[in-house]
Amino acid sequence: MLGKEISSTDEFLKGLWRDNPVFIMALGLCPALAVSNTAMNSLTMGLATTFVLLASATCVSALRNFIPREARIVCYICIIATFVTAVDYIIMAISLELHRSLGAFIALIVVNCLILGRAEAFASKNTIGRSLLDGLGMGAGFTGALLCIGVIREILGSGTLFGVSLFAENFQTWTIMVLPSGGFFVTAIWILIVNRLREKQAEAEAQAQTQGASS
Amino acid sequence: MTDVSHWSVFINAALINNFVLAYFLGLCPFFGVSAKLETAARMGGAVSFVMLVASVCAYVINLLLDAVNAPYLRIISYILVISSTVQLVEMLMRKLSPATFRALGIFLPLITTNCAILGLALFQTNRGYEFTQAVAYALGAGAGFALALVLMAGVREKLDLANVPELVKGTAAAYIVAGILSMSFMGFAGLGR
Repeated sequence: MLGKEISSTDEFLKGLWRDNPVFIMALGLCPALAVSNTAMNSLTMGLATTFVLLASATCVSALRNFIPREARIVCYICIIATFVTAVDYIIMAISLELHRSLGAFIALIVVNCLILGRAEAFASKNTIGRSLLDGLGMGAGFTGALLCIGVIREILGSGTLFGVSLFAENFQTWTIMVLPSGGFFVTAIWILIVNRLREKQAEAEAQAQTQGASS
Repeated sequence: MTDVSHWSVFINAALINNFVLAYFLGLCPFFGVSAKLETAARMGGAVSFVMLVASVCAYVINLLLDAVNAPYLRIISYILVISSTVQLVEMLMRKLSPATFRALGIFLPLITTNCAILGLALFQTNRGYEFTQAVAYALGAGAGFALALVLMAGVREKLDLANVPELVKGTAAAYIVAGILSMSFMGFAGLGR
């Protein structure tokens, strides 16, 4: 990590676009696809994951000089599992219905590779402030990606958005979108869009460079 | 849940509610190691074994936790058991089959963070399966995971030779294939109910 050369805003922004956890790095896919059948579920899952990400990043970063290298993964998993248990009970206290519709997937945040990945790759090597920024950026990127998928699946699959009906009575819903295969297809399309945008960006940068060199 | 036969628990976990294609569990190894057929088959075997052990352990732990009335320790104790099982499998594999060990690479320790295994332990607890049912469930889930992985690897090996647009190559193509596989597995719905 080139920790000192990267500014704080960049630390935050990289999670949103350049290293987007879902579309670019393909981390934390399982919950991203499984609960993104409605926008509300996506939002809850995104926020819960962001909370665990922030809390565990703070803890891991604060304890980074005390955790022995050989046992680090086990320590990280224990820290993460503690916060996930807390989130599980918090969501149950806020809305039992939401808890039921997310099912075991809240508990499965423990095995979200994104959280363990950030703990190992970033929080264990950086200060608390930086780790928090990184966690915030990654969490925002994750929530955003989940919403991108969830909104499309809910609009096409149920004709609603956050539970509000959008279309007239005779709208034929695309049942496939709420089914598992719809999740795969929508994600594939988003990956295609992101790939195309990145390609354009790279082309524009290359062009700017050659122009700069010739003038 | 006591009235469900073992056979239907098995079929349900393997085909109808396939862990990968219907529950989206274990997607990382599903996309990560499905490039070659042989590696995929071995990975399927390793995951199935860990699932079986984890399922038995989870059953015992759940009894213990119920006895001391501490359900809030469930997640943390399950994940610890799973990571030690994975460690064990890793050591066994290094000893018995070094070639497989090398082929699986980073994905072997990553079985720990394979949501399919923790998911299996949690689902079987939530549904209140009895011991033999839990074993049937674990076997079914393992078989389903291996099946999905092998099918995916077969398709991807062919896909390498096909003329795919540059933009779609890689992840996006894999997703579309997974979507089609998932759609075809929907055909099993209603089986054995």
